[in-house]
Amino acid sequence: MSAPLPPNPAKELNVAITPELIKSHGFQPDEYDLIKDILGREPTMTELGVFSVMWSEHCSYKNSRLLLRGFPMEKKDPNALGKVLVRAGEENAGVIDIGDNWAICFKIESHNHPSAVEPFEGAATGVGGIIRDIFTMGARPALLTNSLRFGDIRTSAQSRRLLRGVVAGISHYGNCIGIPNVGGDIYFDKSYEGNPLVNALCLGTLRHDQIKRGAATGIGNPVYYVGAATGRDGLGGAAFASKELSETSSEDRPAVQKGDPFMEKLLLEACLELMEVPGLVVGIQDMGAAGLTCSTAETASRGSSGIQIELDLVPQRETGMNSYEIMLSESQERMLVIVTKGREKEIEDIFAKWDLHAVQIGEVVEGDEMIVTHHGVPVVKIPAKRLADDAPLCMQEAKEPATIAQMRDWKPESLQPADEALLQKALPALLNHPTIAQKRWIWQQYDHMVIAGTVLSPGSDAGVARLRLGDKEKYVAIANDCNNSYCKADPYKGAAIAVIECLQNLACSGARALGLTDNLNFGNPYKPESFYYLKEAIKGLAEACTFYDIPVTGGNVSLYNESPELAIDPTPTVSIAGLIEKPEHVTTQWAGRGQSLVLLGDWPNELGQSMYLQELHDLKTGAVPAFEFGKIQKLIDLTLELITQGKVKAAHDISEGGLLSSVAEMLFGHNETIGATLDLSQAPASIRKDALLYGEGPGRIIVATTDADAVLSAARAKGVPAAKIGETSAQGSELKISGTALSWDAAALRKGWEDAIPSLMNA
Amino acid sequence: MDMHVAVIQFPGSNCDQDAYHAFASVLKTPAKLVWHKDKTLGDARAVIVPGGFSFGDYLRCGAIARFSPAMQAVKEFAANGGKVMGICNGFQILCESGLLPGALIRNNCLEFRCQEQWLKVEDSTAHFNKETLGQRVNIPIAHGEGNYRIDEAGLAELEKNKQILFRYEENPNGSLCDIAGIRNKAGNVFGMMPHPERAVEPFHPSQHGVALLKAFLAE
Repeated sequence: MSAPLPPNPAKELNVAITPELIKSHGFQPDEYDLIKDILGREPTMTELGVFSVMWSEHCSYKNSRLLLRGFPMEKKDPNALGKVLVRAGEENAGVIDIGDNWAICFKIESHNHPSAVEPFEGAATGVGGIIRDIFTMGARPALLTNSLRFGDIRTSAQSRRLLRGVVAGISHYGNCIGIPNVGGDIYFDKSYEGNPLVNALCLGTLRHDQIKRGAATGIGNPVYYVGAATGRDGLGGAAFASKELSETSSEDRPAVQKGDPFMEKLLLEACLELMEVPGLVVGIQDMGAAGLTCSTAETASRGSSGIQIELDLVPQRETGMNSYEIMLSESQERMLVIVTKGREKEIEDIFAKWDLHAVQIGEVVEGDEMIVTHHGVPVVKIPAKRLADDAPLCMQEAKEPATIAQMRDWKPESLQPADEALLQKALPALLNHPTIAQKRWIWQQYDHMVIAGTVLSPGSDAGVARLRLGDKEKYVAIANDCNNSYCKADPYKGAAIAVIECLQNLACSGARALGLTDNLNFGNPYKPESFYYLKEAIKGLAEACTFYDIPVTGGNVSLYNESPELAIDPTPTVSIAGLIEKPEHVTTQWAGRGQSLVLLGDWPNELGQSMYLQELHDLKTGAVPAFEFGKIQKLIDLTLELITQGKVKAAHDISEGGLLSSVAEMLFGHNETIGATLDLSQAPASIRKDALLYGEGPGRIIVATTDADAVLSAARAKGVPAAKIGETSAQGSELKISGTALSWDAAALRKGWEDAIPSLMNA
Repeated sequence: MDMHVAVIQFPGSNCDQDAYHAFASVLKTPAKLVWHKDKTLGDARAVIVPGGFSFGDYLRCGAIARFSPAMQAVKEFAANGGKVMGICNGFQILCESGLLPGALIRNNCLEFRCQEQWLKVEDSTAHFNKETLGQRVNIPIAHGEGNYRIDEAGLAELEKNKQILFRYEENPNGSLCDIAGIRNKAGNVFGMMPHPERAVEPFHPSQHGVALLKAFLAE
């Protein structure tokens, strides 16, 4: 047995560790035994807190890490652009080569629970947290996107309130810090009622030689605390994120942090200036989840060294904080920096310029322990590597939910063939659904143009930004997706389709995919059905990424997404970053007048899990659409080939709302709304009309071109099915299907599509 | 040494680099960033007070920035006839500094607005007149507090002296008389909420910012 630590200077912390305390810190009995084994004694109260946050689901990925090992972490093709320079899990975010000695660093992270309880601050600090992950790596943030999920804002006032708060929070933080929000995806579905999803992504740029590590090395090197002072806010936030929401979750409000984007802007500039000084920074890590605890433990663990800090030296904005509170605080906008000994004045001068705290709170020491003292008395003494890396990893029991087979076995034949009246009514109904409707109400609140590099604004298939890299320029594209209905019905296929959808969106914008970050939003892993979703979705992501050679460079797992009523639909949101070779390859979905529309890929022929079924028949059922990885690879290659050859004026894939919704969106141009006459007579007569017009499924892209023959022959050469499906009109805005009575005024469709969300939110 | 355009950098400025690049990379005009703690502007031919959230917009937009040492230098520069342009937060700072009349309050929609914005070019100065810029320009906005306010007498002064540079074609923020940009009476200090530095590159919503910034620099 090791000797016990002396009494804590704070009397209230000198309590016996009872089974109740162990349970309230979220430990299973065997996990507590492991802690005693690591320490060789009973933990102190502060140590119990330290272990509870480090071993929380949020920090340790204890129920997902084993599954995540299936992800490809490296590019298979050593000659392809996009070599992984920093792998997933190694550091705060992954880094990928983009050529010419430059790299991108990007990651997505969730702030679901805080946003459910306090939408404005929850979303704002979510943005702040992911930005810190990026500049900690030495990268200058270049863009933001977000993946949001809410309940149905048409029927739920609570969901409207949450949407308003979350958008205001993202806007508040991103606009002030000055990073453009260039895109995102958002779905509205009953399953998110009371448990919205807020996944924020940041992408930054850096030279290869600028990559920084979060490792504490070099005995005697000083450890600095920089940025905002520590308060009691966000106490135990990581642990809070690792349990289900309940009726009393609002009592956890102190676990939600408060953000200060101005402070973060100063911190960002000061840190990037600091990291530019050759040889000054040894290691750097942000204090995000689990704050000071996580940053000291992880830097020591990565550096295979010991670290010692004194809490009296930590800048504090409240009086009387004890060691438990200081160690577990999740106050925002703070970083831990280890610099080269003897160069203390250099860091202090830079932070003085920015009027920020930079205080030496400790140093790198011999051994392997994380030692924390308060008023000079040791209050934490834990082997750092074991704390950081030895959280128990578990595999839970997985059981296929009964609903999966039920939905898979649903027969489209059980539905009467749709008459023309229904087919006529369906298009405006789908375009007015908040998930398909224009999202301008949201993104007009985000500064999507700051940095003056935004090429394609939100509302495009992918966000595109021009990166200014020294004297070079590159064009990066980013797409986000995840259809929750697909994932609920078949998590394996649903997750794979999310990857495919992003690849198609990138291709439609002219971009080649480089790397992927994912945010796995699921329910309670101890429920076998929930764990089944997680396991199968990860398998789907892993197989799709492996097939397309898209390494996973990082991400986030958010479990326990359950409101008192129900678990959310499984939602593995996917974001893929890609590069556009030349600015002239940047392509939008907006067709021009007098162009041919060509469908690349198979005719739509499935109704399962479509928005059409949900909206027009009130059925959330059916098999998830089929796909073949290889066929989609050909489609993507063809689309990119056509774009780079200048044969395509616009491109848009078929997704929610089917072929007609996609065509309509292509007509809602930047400057005017145009019409089109479709001729679908080449489609096999065996396909139901509703499945042809409104069925969904990956592997289908519509392109607008002035040379349909060239497009069709290129498709033949690649072995991709293709058919001319119509032409845009020379004048007017009528959208009609020849051989039928189906006809719409695209301008009227557009008005409904544009007004749908504002009319709900401004009511 | 070349005369340069001085772009003031406050803590919280976030359009400083964009303004710098609009001059240095697009207009190919020497430009220099000046830290807010600097007491001099060096050999400046003109000054840009850029957009952003100087000092976090705490207290009131621009209210703290006006006390920065560099702003004292800007005041002297303007008093000697030097050209100064405030963009977005810079416009707010110039109003707070007393270099321009009026004030900017919260958008009447109570939300931040980022969008393309058509502006009517008013017949104001020899450099910002219809001959140089045409009748209308498309320059993006991005602000939460761009609602221009001034008392009746002040407005009458602005109109009488033709100090209004731009008006919104469709008012995005409730601004009085659709005012998007003004100048001082002497004609050397300009302020506007829209961002000309975001309308200079081929992929921007327009390139009207190029003519606008050139008009600002014209002797």
